Amino acid sequence: MTRTLGKLHEEKVFKDPVHRYIHVRDELIWRLIGTREFQRLRRIRQLGTTYLTFHGAEHSRFSHSLGVYEITRRIMNIFQERSDWNPDERMLVLCAALLHDVGHGPFSHSFEKVFQVDHEDFTRDILLGETEVNQVLRLEGEDFPEKVADVIAKTYPNKLVVSLISSQIDADRMDYLLRDAYFTGVSYGNFDIERILRVMRPTDDGVVFKSSGMHAVEDYIMSRYQMYWQVYFHPVTRGAEVILRKILHRAKELYMNGYQFEKDLSHFESIFRGKMPLDDYIRLDEGVMQYYFQIWLDEKDEILQDLCTRFLNRKLFKYTEMVPMADAYQLKELFKEAGIDPEYYLVQDSSSDLPYDFYRPGEQEERLPIQLVKPNGDIAELSRESDVVEAISGKRRTDHKLYYPLDLIEKIENVPLKNKIKEMLHRK
Amino acid sequence: MFEDHLKVVKVIKEAGEIVGRKKLQKMVYIAKKLDFPFQEKYQFHFYGPYSEELTLRIEELCNLGLIEETKEKVSGYSQYRYSLNAEGENFLEQYGKDIPKLKECVRSMNEQSSRFLELVSTILFFFHLSVDEVKTKIHTLKPKQKYTDEEIQQGYAYIEKLKEIKQ
Repeated sequence: MTRTLGKLHEEKVFKDPVHRYIHVRDELIWRLIGTREFQRLRRIRQLGTTYLTFHGAEHSRFSHSLGVYEITRRIMNIFQERSDWNPDERMLVLCAALLHDVGHGPFSHSFEKVFQVDHEDFTRDILLGETEVNQVLRLEGEDFPEKVADVIAKTYPNKLVVSLISSQIDADRMDYLLRDAYFTGVSYGNFDIERILRVMRPTDDGVVFKSSGMHAVEDYIMSRYQMYWQVYFHPVTRGAEVILRKILHRAKELYMNGYQFEKDLSHFESIFRGKMPLDDYIRLDEGVMQYYFQIWLDEKDEILQDLCTRFLNRKLFKYTEMVPMADAYQLKELFKEAGIDPEYYLVQDSSSDLPYDFYRPGEQEERLPIQLVKPNGDIAELSRESDVVEAISGKRRTDHKLYYPLDLIEKIENVPLKNKIKEMLHRK
Repeated sequence: MFEDHLKVVKVIKEAGEIVGRKKLQKMVYIAKKLDFPFQEKYQFHFYGPYSEELTLRIEELCNLGLIEETKEKVSGYSQYRYSLNAEGENFLEQYGKDIPKLKECVRSMNEQSSRFLELVSTILFFFHLSVDEVKTKIHTLKPKQKYTDEEIQQGYAYIEKLKEIKQ
């Protein structure tokens, strides 16, 4: 390994509302933060459209990435005294923590769905391609970018290293729960991170937690459970995502059908054609997307114009619990009869989460359990020790919703048709 | 509205019955890598490529009453069987679209063991690497499975066979 960068003369600090300070002493980390690709994360919100439900949720992937780095740095400080930890992996873990989300695009949940791309592929491209991030990483060694990519993709051989960034209790989740709770203003995402960090211990197969810290871990699991259902899967946020997806879908369809857009479409052309070069992807951020939504307000296409108006002015769809499959198809036909295109105005959306799971041999869920280490050295799986966690272990919760524009339905002139649609939407 | 659900229903229909969640996951992944039109996003997990989206899709199909999921105990652990019920058959008949050659590929994959499909899907996950690099990845990431070089060669040969079937 050719290590050419050392420590900064003076420690740099970022003021942070969640961790108070984020400390940078390594020149490599400092240089990575300064790259074009990392700075772009300032222009991508961490929670996509959640700001339309929780107005405080304007925080960026930049601040989250710094937060994950900071938590990992603190874990490294705790691990450095331990014989099970190889200090040579320190810089690799810190870089993976900092860069784990670098490939995220604007409103990536919707963007990836519509255009069938994966931010993890872009992460890999940014780490390994001709980018500023790659140039900086290579200062640590020619194979260093590949190693960072492997840790992020969970294909790095050292499980302990991978588990610090991706497992059921990792630096990524700990930061986003605390950060998202802080910025959304909800009270249930909090847990005692200091305590959790203090009871973490490295082993060959991943991190274990001293059993004396079990209640802090329980609190983390419950926070996660609450945040998923109160914030991440909020039906209004999902409704905004539905409209966003349909805007992108409509714009692409128009483009593919040769529709002449009023204004230049250069940021989107490559992705509409099916393949987006990395440089185009890096140029696309939420500011650019919102600009297009603004100019599409003046488009002649009524559907595109209407969807953009709804998104920008927060005139979202209403929702109901999912109707039976046969009813959904009948509704589709009724919408067509009413002149409302069901492709854009009748949308099914599902959310599902498994708050905690333990390992069951032969099954596919593939989650490493959280292990507690007792004072005598015995290892016990969390749900066997904690009644609270046991109660929600392995229990997947799912929610299906059907979204529709009530305002358009109210305008249907054929009254029996209108009533039939409304009756079907609200039939339980 | 349910196009992606229909494709999963079609896989189960063509297979007749699929035993094991892992097997179903790998079959859809391999089909996706063969350019069949599946949209589920996959990540690398402990048993190779795994899709949380597919898990959700299957659960939705169970909730909607289109597929049957049967849980059974097999030597100490739970195993799941998936098959289509009458409602699912009807749904597919009314709204399903033909996916050429899917039937042949699915039937062939369903005859393989889930251990072998795990190997094949892992090879496909690292398909951009050289054969030697893929072997190293498999030996490093899946030491407990103890895949031999011969099995890895069989995995590559099977991918070629599936590609021929699809053509």
